[in-house]
Amino acid sequence: MTTRSAVGTVAPVRSSRVPAALRRPPVGLVLAWLVIAVVVVWAVAPGLFTEYDPVNGVPAQKLQAPGAQHLFGTDALGRDVFARVVHGSARSLSGAVVAVAVGLTVGTLLGLVAGSVGGVLDEVVMRVVDVLLAVPGLLLALTVIILLGPGTINVAIAVGVGSIAAFARLARSEVVRVRRADYVEAAFGSGGRFTTVLWRHVLPNSVGPVVALAAVQFGAAILAISTLSFLGYGAKPPEPEWGLLIAEGRNYLATSWWLTTLPGVVVMLVVLATSRISRSINREDR
Amino acid sequence: MSLLEVRDLSVSYRTRGRVVEAVREVSFTVEPGEVVAVVGESGSGKSTTAQAIIGLLPTNGSIDSGQILLGGTDIARWPDKRLRSIRGAQIGLIPQDPANSLNPVKTVGAQIGEVLRIHRRGDRRTVSRTVIELLTRVGISDPELRARQYPHELSGGMRQRVLIAAAIALRPRLIIADEPTSALDVTVQRRVLDLIDDLRTEFGTAVLLVTHDLGVAAQRADRLVVMRDGRVEEQGPTAAVLTGPTAEYTRLLVRDAPSLTPRGFRRPRSAADGAPAGDSPPAIVARDLVKEFRVGGRPFRAVDGVSFHVPRGTTHALVGESGSGKTTTARMVVRFTTPTSGSVTIGGVDVAPLRGEQLRQLRRRVQLVYQNPAGSLDPRQSVADIVAEPLRNFRLADRAGRARRVRELIDRVALPQTVLDRRPRELSGGQRQRVAIARALAVDPEVLVLDEAVSALDVTVQAQILDLLDGLQREFGLTYLFISHDLSVVRQISDTVSVMRKGRIVESGSTQQVFEAPRHEYTRELLAAVPSVPVELVA
Repeated sequence: MTTRSAVGTVAPVRSSRVPAALRRPPVGLVLAWLVIAVVVVWAVAPGLFTEYDPVNGVPAQKLQAPGAQHLFGTDALGRDVFARVVHGSARSLSGAVVAVAVGLTVGTLLGLVAGSVGGVLDEVVMRVVDVLLAVPGLLLALTVIILLGPGTINVAIAVGVGSIAAFARLARSEVVRVRRADYVEAAFGSGGRFTTVLWRHVLPNSVGPVVALAAVQFGAAILAISTLSFLGYGAKPPEPEWGLLIAEGRNYLATSWWLTTLPGVVVMLVVLATSRISRSINREDR
Repeated sequence: MSLLEVRDLSVSYRTRGRVVEAVREVSFTVEPGEVVAVVGESGSGKSTTAQAIIGLLPTNGSIDSGQILLGGTDIARWPDKRLRSIRGAQIGLIPQDPANSLNPVKTVGAQIGEVLRIHRRGDRRTVSRTVIELLTRVGISDPELRARQYPHELSGGMRQRVLIAAAIALRPRLIIADEPTSALDVTVQRRVLDLIDDLRTEFGTAVLLVTHDLGVAAQRADRLVVMRDGRVEEQGPTAAVLTGPTAEYTRLLVRDAPSLTPRGFRRPRSAADGAPAGDSPPAIVARDLVKEFRVGGRPFRAVDGVSFHVPRGTTHALVGESGSGKTTTARMVVRFTTPTSGSVTIGGVDVAPLRGEQLRQLRRRVQLVYQNPAGSLDPRQSVADIVAEPLRNFRLADRAGRARRVRELIDRVALPQTVLDRRPRELSGGQRQRVAIARALAVDPEVLVLDEAVSALDVTVQAQILDLLDGLQREFGLTYLFISHDLSVVRQISDTVSVMRKGRIVESGSTQQVFEAPRHEYTRELLAAVPSVPVELVA
C-alpha cells in the first residue's frame, strides 16, 4: 500500500497486499467438503433426496432424458438414475471406508514396525512391499478377489490390500524421520519403554502425511471399487452401485448419454474433492 | 556523504493475515572503510535490517517506510531487477551458514566465477584467473585444486572463506556480513574475522557486521548499533557504548555477555559449602573410554582413551571444537551410545554393560539436556505432559501426585504455571530449555549431562539458565557434566575442565588452573581465540 515503483515492475518482495486466501479458507476446499458432506448425507438418509425406488422402475418412463421430473433421467427399466446414484452412495462409500481402513491399519502397522525396529525385519517387510508395489493395483485386487470370491465387502478388502504397500512405505519413511528426532531419544531417556515411546511419540508425529494419503486413497478406492463393479466382481444387479451404474449404461452410450455420464460425474467430483482435502491436510501438517 | 545511510527504516512481515512489525524507524550510517556492528538478540530485527538493505527480504516481508541511501541514492524502492546491478558490485553479502549457502552440485571455482560472469567482468580465462587470485587472497592453500572441488570437500572455515571470496570478487564498497562466524569453531572464527579485517584495510571496504555476539562486535567494530524489538536502543562508538551505556538494555547485554564481563572462577567446593567431603566416591568416573565408528569401511576413533572423574555436587566441563568427540563422550556417559571399550561408573555402578530393564533404571539417575530444546520436546505434547512423562514411565506417582509434582517442577525452573497447557512452539527458546530441565529433574537424578545446553540461547537468557543451573546444583547437590564449545561459559559454570581434541583429552584440571596457566599449546590457542576486549573498555 506504500509506493510502488513508477516503472510498474511488481517486485514480489515488496507487494504488501494480503491475499484473501490467507485469511479465509480457500473456496475450493469449502466446495470439496461440501461435496463429501452431500454424498455422506445421501448415504445416511437417501429418502430425503429422492422419492423414487432405486430398484423397481416404471417401464412406461424408460430412457427419459434428464429433466425436471427425473434429474438424471431414467434407464432402460424406467428407474430414476438420480435415485440409484443416491441409494448407491451407501454401498460405494462404505466400500471405500473398508478399503481405506484395511490399507491404513495394516500398512501403517507394517511401516511403524519396520521403521522403528529396523534391521532384518525392516529389510524383509520393505522388500515384500516393493514386490507389492511392482504389481499393478488392479491385478493385485483381482487376485485377491479370486481368492476371496466376489461381493461388495470382498471387493473393498481387495482394494484395501492393494493400497497396503503405499501406506507401509509412507509410514515407514515418516517413522524413520521421527525416530531420529531428539525428543524420541529424550523419551527413552525419560525411562520410556519401546512400545510406550512408539505409541506416545513416534506414531502421533508420523501420522500426518499418512492421513493425507488416506484421503487420497479414499477417492482412489471409490474409483477402484467402481472399476471392479464395472467388471462384474462387486455388487450384483439390480443393486445400485456407482461402478455398476456406469457399466449398465454402457450399452446405451450412443442413445442415452446420461446413464454413464452423470453417475461418472458424481464419482469424479467425489474423487477430486478427496484429493483437494488431502492436499489441505498435508499442508496443515507442515 | 556517508557510504550507507539508513533513515527511519520500517519493515514488517505478514503471516496468516497478521502484520508483524520487525523493524521500526531504524536509522544509522556507515562511513567508507568503517566497521559497524549491529548487535541484538534473536528477534531484534538485525538480520531483517541487513536483508532490507540488500533487497533480499523474504517474500512476506516489505519495507513500509524509510530510506536506504547508498552513496546518496535511495535504493529502498528499487525493483528487484535494478537492485541486481548493485548486489555483488557495490554491496557484497557474506551469509550466515556456509553449509547451506553454497550450491552442492557446482564447484567452488564456478560459484565464485558466477559473480564475475553475471556482472560481465572478463572472458572465461580472465574469470578463472581472478578466481584463483581471490582464493589465494582469502588464504586458501592450493587454490587451483580447491577451485575444482565441491563444497562438501571443504571444511566449514574454508567454505566461509569461499563465500568471502565471492563477496569481495567485485571489490564492493560495502560488505554485509550476517553472523559470518556463528556456525564456526572459535579458532576458525578468529581467523575468518582477521581475514575480513585485513580485506577492509587493504581495499577500504566498509563492513556492516550483524552479530548476536557482543564480544565479537566489541572486538571488531568501530561503532555499535544495539537493536531490540526492531528498534535501535543505542548507538555510538564501540568504546563509548561499552564503557558508558546509556540504555538499560545495553547495560544488561554487557553484563550478561560472558566474554565481556568475566565472572570470578567458582571456588573449589569443600565440606563447609555443604557439599560432601572429598573422601566420598566421585559421581562419575570415566576410564579409558573408546568409541569407534566405521566410516566408509574404515574404523574411525571418535573418542580415544578418555578418562576423567567428577566429584559429587560439582561441575565438570568437556570443551573442544566440533569433531573433538565431546558429544560422543557425553552420550556414552548417559548410555545412548555403547562404548567400544572402557568403563563409565556412575555412583559406583559400571553402566557400560547395562542392558534392557537395568539400562532403563539407569535413566532415573542420569539425565541428558539437549542443545536444541525445540527438537528435544515433542511438538504435540503440552508442557504438563512433557514434564510428567518420566513420572509416568517410572510410575512414580498417581495422577494427582504427578500433577502436583509437575507444578512444583515448573516452579523450580522459574516458569509461570500458565505454561502448563501450552505446546513447546508457543514458548520462547529460554522457556523451552527450562521445560527440558524440569523434565530432567522430574526423577531426582544424581547426574545431569548438559550437551551444549545453553549454546543456542541469547546471552541474557543464557545467563538466566546458567544462574538457574547453579542454584539447582547448590540446592540439590546435583553433579553436572557440561559439554560446550564456549570457553567463556565454561569458565563461569564449571569447577573442573577437560579440553578435548580429536578424541583425546589434551589437558584437564581445575577451571582456574586451565584458564590462567594453560599447559598445552592447543588450550592456549583456544583461549586466545575467545573474543575479548581490552580490560579498560569494560572496567
